[in-house]
Amino acid sequence: MSLDSWVVSPAASAARRRRRATALRLIAAVLSSVVLLFPLYWMVVVALSPRQELLSPRLQLWPRELTLANFDRVFTSFPILTWFGNSVAIAVVVTALTVAVNLLAGYAFAQLRFRGSNLIFLLMLSTLVLPIQVIMVSQFQLVTRLGIYGTYWAVILPSAATAFGIFLARQFIIGIPREIIDAARVDGAGPLRVFLQIVLPLCRPLMAVLTLLTFLSTWNDFAWPLIALKENALFTLPIGLLYLQGQFGSDYGATMAFALLSVSPMVVLFLFFQRWFVQGFARSGIQ
Amino acid sequence: MTRQAVRDSVTGYLFLGPNILLLGLFLFLPLGWAILLSLQQTNGFGAGEFVGLANYSRLLGDPVFWRSTGNTALFTALVVPISLALGLGLAVLMNSVIPARGLFRTVIVLPMVISGVATALIGVLIFDQNVGIANKLLRALGVGTVPWQSEGVAAFASVVLVTVWWRVGLTMLVYLAGLQNVPPELYEAARIDGAGLWAQFRHVTVPMVGPATFFLLVINVIYSFQVFDVVYVLTGGGPGYSTSVLVTYAYENGFMIRDQGYAAAIGVVLLALTLAFTAILWRTSRTRDLVG
Repeated sequence: MSLDSWVVSPAASAARRRRRATALRLIAAVLSSVVLLFPLYWMVVVALSPRQELLSPRLQLWPRELTLANFDRVFTSFPILTWFGNSVAIAVVVTALTVAVNLLAGYAFAQLRFRGSNLIFLLMLSTLVLPIQVIMVSQFQLVTRLGIYGTYWAVILPSAATAFGIFLARQFIIGIPREIIDAARVDGAGPLRVFLQIVLPLCRPLMAVLTLLTFLSTWNDFAWPLIALKENALFTLPIGLLYLQGQFGSDYGATMAFALLSVSPMVVLFLFFQRWFVQGFARSGIQ
Repeated sequence: MTRQAVRDSVTGYLFLGPNILLLGLFLFLPLGWAILLSLQQTNGFGAGEFVGLANYSRLLGDPVFWRSTGNTALFTALVVPISLALGLGLAVLMNSVIPARGLFRTVIVLPMVISGVATALIGVLIFDQNVGIANKLLRALGVGTVPWQSEGVAAFASVVLVTVWWRVGLTMLVYLAGLQNVPPELYEAARIDGAGLWAQFRHVTVPMVGPATFFLLVINVIYSFQVFDVVYVLTGGGPGYSTSVLVTYAYENGFMIRDQGYAAAIGVVLLALTLAFTAILWRTSRTRDLVG
């Protein structure tokens, strides 16, 4: 053996240490990812496997044969497309409404000066720590008295009553240089025109974040639609999913087939617009 | 007020109008209503009957209420530190140099976009005592099976595991944003002072992500107090009441037993706990600001 392989230069040993550290980190990252991905992988496997496969006591980690029978069973027994349509309709209306009113309020707090604005801002801020669950019973009685219980509106209106978007909007709009707005004012533009023609076009990144986050949370919302809806035909996907599980019991193939259908749109949306989602999650702390 | 000031106020309130209407009608009004309801005996149909503090005195003697309160506290005490620790660990990992880092980050955040119901149903599938993959894996490893559905402690563990899986991505993201604001010179200086990796983590990373930790503490504790979806679908509060939390118990009373005054009282207790927690944090954060 030559002397070279015994006497290692400090630079070479540092490089080796760095390589080893990178390798260790890579292993940790791969292990974490496997653990985090496994439940989703398992949902897909069970959704695509024959029913009896799961019942065998053997440990089988990948599908031995693929089938769409579970999807057939789900589609023939439940109004999946109707539920899908309900989820889309409710999420679109809630998102449009929420983003519009939040932008208006964010603009008012950021750029307009008026009496009471600080007090109202604090009041709205306080609703962020208010658990919606505290008011679920009275909200139910409210929508019943308003005569909208069991309709789309019973889900839509209370869902649009959230303040978190206001703060994101205010933070963002405060960052718009006042000179731009003042220049428009000097040119004779009123507050509404400034909002529509100057502020909104500059707010595209904010609108993207708000739209995606609101759409996601409405799509996935469970507790309130569960309370506010009664008719099968008006169910959203999460409520339908729970209903299906109640009917099919331990038919995991069917449950997972439907679960897969209901989460896929959000997974696709997330993969396409990951940057905006991540920004929104990190800033708002809201899932 | 000058005419300009009046005009500005009118404009301001016009812009705020839709929001004030929505929040007033669907948040503040139900909040006051909830407090009134908690003083009534009502099934939700027709007018209720005022019974004073009877619902609250019933709560005091209700063992399921105490069980649910204790479970909520235990859930919080487990989920919050575990999420924070794992989230920080993952964030440090994702902030370091590794191949395909973007891909790993995507994987960690992905569970966040899965609905609570689907998440819980995947949990039901995995933790099914007889056919679930968790027990099949444990058996294959020779550890023996765990009674995830019939034993309270194991069922509680399954709820915590599913929740951490679902939410760890959020914690990781907030910490990652915090880490990216730490100037690299600080680590440089610590290394020159002879600090090892652990010492760097302990004395540079942890203090520098303090604001992120504070923010995460607030949102995770508030989330844990109000947990509903995962518990309701995964265990339904069972077996017995061993995983029952305040909101599942309020839901059961309000919409299954239809004792809505009693359910509202549980909601008010939840509100009081949330406010107390917020007040304590507010005070400690102020003293913390004074200290450092």
